[in-house]
Amino acid sequence: MAEIVSLADGIAELVRDGDVVALEGFTHLIPMAAGREIIRQGRRELTLVRMTPDLVYDQLIGAGCARKLVFSWGGNPGVGSLHRFRDAVEHAWPRALELEEHSHAGMANRYVAGASGLPFAVLRGYSGTDLGAVTPTIRSVDCPFTGERLAAVAALNPDVTVVHAQRADRRGNVQLWGLLGVQKEAVLAARRSLVTVEEVVAELSPVPGAVVLPSWAVDRVAVVPGGAHPSYAQGYSERDNQWYQDWDAISRDRERFGEWLRDNVFADSGSLA
Amino acid sequence: MMTVAAARALRDGIRCFVGIGLPSTAANLARLTHAPELVLIYESGTLGSKPDRLPASIGDGILGETADAVISVPEVFNYWLQPGRIDVGFLGAAQLDRFANINTTVVGDYHQPKVRLPGAGGAPEIAASCREVFVVVRQNSRSFVERVDFVTSVGHGSGAGDRERLGLRGAGPTTVITDLGVLRPDAETRELTLTQVHPGISVQQVRAATGWELRVSPELSETPAPTVAELTMLRDLKGRS
Repeated sequence: MAEIVSLADGIAELVRDGDVVALEGFTHLIPMAAGREIIRQGRRELTLVRMTPDLVYDQLIGAGCARKLVFSWGGNPGVGSLHRFRDAVEHAWPRALELEEHSHAGMANRYVAGASGLPFAVLRGYSGTDLGAVTPTIRSVDCPFTGERLAAVAALNPDVTVVHAQRADRRGNVQLWGLLGVQKEAVLAARRSLVTVEEVVAELSPVPGAVVLPSWAVDRVAVVPGGAHPSYAQGYSERDNQWYQDWDAISRDRERFGEWLRDNVFADSGSLA
Repeated sequence: MMTVAAARALRDGIRCFVGIGLPSTAANLARLTHAPELVLIYESGTLGSKPDRLPASIGDGILGETADAVISVPEVFNYWLQPGRIDVGFLGAAQLDRFANINTTVVGDYHQPKVRLPGAGGAPEIAASCREVFVVVRQNSRSFVERVDFVTSVGHGSGAGDRERLGLRGAGPTTVITDLGVLRPDAETRELTLTQVHPGISVQQVRAATGWELRVSPELSETPAPTVAELTMLRDLKGRS
């Protein structure tokens, strides 16, 4: 059963040095506050997993928390580059970053395999690209029925997955809706999970199309209003597009990024409101 | 001109898998002008989005709020893209080569890159599975290279018959729209050939912006200038965004 805890306690308990950590949320519902808490607690040697690293991993990579990144598209959506990610890859700053690189379809299917308890997933993809040559978790298999050659991707089973959702009830059942990304798959694929939510309500009212993660499928829930900022939580907040643009200048410069870390991550309790 | 030319390439009623940026601008311009029944699909999991402004990102709330359906990311790729339900995939590129192979991964060596680009995203499977692919890219000697440094998404591979050999289902890139003109693969060799120049652009200029010996179609034409209606709608769309 999911226990409701503070964000700091949830991260302290569930995220350990050297872990394979997935923070998911496809543009919508990105667990940004959880990412800052991981930085604040000084986790090291993490393998960060996420389809779109976005600002959340730019911050973790720049802060030196990551040894490796598993991903499929690393940019600042609608703005340009992730400069801390690029600095790590191009100049090994603040440390070298190992990459394991897929397509979106490959990553999505790796989570599906992980959530399904299977060792790998099959897709009709990657053929003719150079991705297979640089990524050991891409292989191929022959279909046992037709003989067709297909791509096989290794299952992803993070040590811990963190997602943000709109709300939970007091027993820790979690409800999320809107753009669903791969959050459900990433939680179900993980050994441990933490869900940050906008609010806790007495009872979950039905929402068309919403995903409910029952309390028994989640380990910890933390109430973090605005925890997805500058991404958004449909029904609660809008995406802060200006903040994504501002990040470009903050992240471009190592010193300015250092100031941002000091003033916004280490100096306060984590709220960027 | 590039945006208008790209919008015109989209026929009414088709199902289009849209990337953010210029493809999204062009697709929405098409939907608001000559192609009201154009179905826009975004990889964030929205089928049939009808935004009245340009989305700021692939997961902008307006894409979900105006969609016929919102689905998960595995579903987008597995149920809708992979079986060939999408007519046109609309992609950008950092580098493109003479067989329209696309690089969005690195400039230089993979392990010691000069420039680290965002990576694959949805593009490899879009390029493999859509019935055809349109590519929009600014044309210069850095983007139009003889061979891409990294094949992120396959265009026509190393030439005629290569897509079939690789088991790729769609027709691949059929139209490449740049800021200078339009290129299409040669019917036999699949090499990109200049078929159209935009108003005021010379073949010489296009050749100078291409990193290989560019072939020019004997039926080279000029792109009709943007109409007042197209320009007005494009300005309105950008003004609302």
